[in-house]
Amino acid sequence: MATPKTPDEHSVGYVEPKSVRFDHKLELARAETSLPHYELVYETYGTLNEQRNNAILICHALSGDHHAAGIHRDTGTVGWWDNCIGPGKPIDTDRFYVLSLNNLGGCSGSTGPTSINPDTNQPYGGDFPTVTVPDWVNTQKELADHLGIERFAAVVGGSLGGMQAMQWAIDYPERVANALLIASAPKLSAQNIGFNEIARSAIERDPDFIAGETPKTGLALARMIGHVTYLSEVGMAGKFGRKFQENQAQSTKEPMFAVQSYLRYQGNKFVDRFDPHTYILMTKSLDYFDPAEAYGGDLVETFRRATARFLVVSFTSDWRFSPQRSAEIVDALISAGCSVSSAVVESADGHDSFLLDSPRYFEILRNYLTNVADNL
Amino acid sequence: MRSDLEFIASLVHAKSRVLDLGCGDGALLSYLAREKSVTGYGVDDDSSAIATCLAKGVNVIEHDLNEGLSRFPDDSFDMVLMTETLQATLEPHKLVRELLRIGQECIVTFPNFAHWSCRIHMLSRGTMPVSTHLPHQWYNTPNIHLCTVKDFDELCASLDLRVIDRFVVDNDYQSGRICTWWPNLFGATAFYRLGRQ
Repeated sequence: MATPKTPDEHSVGYVEPKSVRFDHKLELARAETSLPHYELVYETYGTLNEQRNNAILICHALSGDHHAAGIHRDTGTVGWWDNCIGPGKPIDTDRFYVLSLNNLGGCSGSTGPTSINPDTNQPYGGDFPTVTVPDWVNTQKELADHLGIERFAAVVGGSLGGMQAMQWAIDYPERVANALLIASAPKLSAQNIGFNEIARSAIERDPDFIAGETPKTGLALARMIGHVTYLSEVGMAGKFGRKFQENQAQSTKEPMFAVQSYLRYQGNKFVDRFDPHTYILMTKSLDYFDPAEAYGGDLVETFRRATARFLVVSFTSDWRFSPQRSAEIVDALISAGCSVSSAVVESADGHDSFLLDSPRYFEILRNYLTNVADNL
Repeated sequence: MRSDLEFIASLVHAKSRVLDLGCGDGALLSYLAREKSVTGYGVDDDSSAIATCLAKGVNVIEHDLNEGLSRFPDDSFDMVLMTETLQATLEPHKLVRELLRIGQECIVTFPNFAHWSCRIHMLSRGTMPVSTHLPHQWYNTPNIHLCTVKDFDELCASLDLRVIDRFVVDNDYQSGRICTWWPNLFGATAFYRLGRQ
């Protein structure tokens, strides 16, 4: 049995999720139905200062949740971005008040497909309305209002999280001082949507899903597909190569290569913690994301609304959200006259790089945010 | 503040929108922002330069100049600056033309390889000049396209560029009579403000 995790000096320590219920009707950008009320689960780390100007919002990606840092006492679960958030870490909780939430439609406590539909008294499941990035930004703004945060010092996110940070800067320019867009894109390419479609099909074609049961096979398969695209060829070669399994396969049904059993493990682990309808919802939200759509498809025109300073970070081996896609964001921001910095970090870890600790990546975040903190 | 940067700042129009190619630690841009209300971006491909710019709050774009400048649209900046960088690029002649596509004007500075100290070094020792200003050995220098004031004048003429200003200074960044009299012999660093014809 693994030793339970205990917080060290750079950890925010044991944390407990909080939740808030909003008792008003929520209209959604791409859904015909609205939600009569909704609940958001969130965590906070650090202290909101007197001027209330040191708040950082963390936006999670496809499979993330509100538990970004610290440790849950009961389960020993460490936050998904604990390496980056904490006292003395790049997102320094000695200086910033950090807010992280589970997005609407998620499956970690916020209102989503696993919540009870008041019309039927059954879980929403596939009836949960389509939620898109602008809807998340609107609900995050409600949460900010609830916590008395007028303006975020920074909104930070990787991948789908970066899309939310971008949307914030466009939709609520006066409420975002800095937007940090990591391993993100201005909209998905057809290839990228294609990968999401394969993942969704894996779930939707699972006989258990069709029968209204948990599609264990399909969800695991969706995760395996996703996972491969979040790694890089060179990274996988380094990690697994053509290594065989330690316990050699006895039959052709058993995995032979180490990479096979790794992917199977990742897929099966995911089934225990994730909801298939949320997976479909999150991937659709990725696919729909296109902030320029409301501005005649012109990204430069879109960014003219933004007043935030931007930091755009990408990773060399990330082919799902490649440096080229980040460069599109940067170039549009420059043309729009926005304040922007960008860095392309050498990494072999593919799209996953944005979650991993690497010296240059963390130096970039640290330097940028230290300057933000110094100028609050 | 390095005196060369101060010198360049005197050539930059106040409140202009600039692109500083090979911006290094961002000293020029932060000086220009403070003293002349200039806005803009630095461009560099050195990771420590980028980290320093970010710490100072200077806008910096990670980009290798040798990949070209096609990502920057025509006339997108008032001025494009390139200080002591041209000599380290793969195709300086193409880059200079690009600077004036992107910006109305550009400022280019470079070390003058025909400075008397370089000439004496070559004459007396017969080896490639090494100095405090050009500290590298021939085999590891980033300065792969060193040139002289005369070379650059000829390049500007052949590319049909308008030389708006030219200052040639000595090692103390003084533009004395002797530098003006024989710039290609006594000038250590050359500053050019260029425009389109």
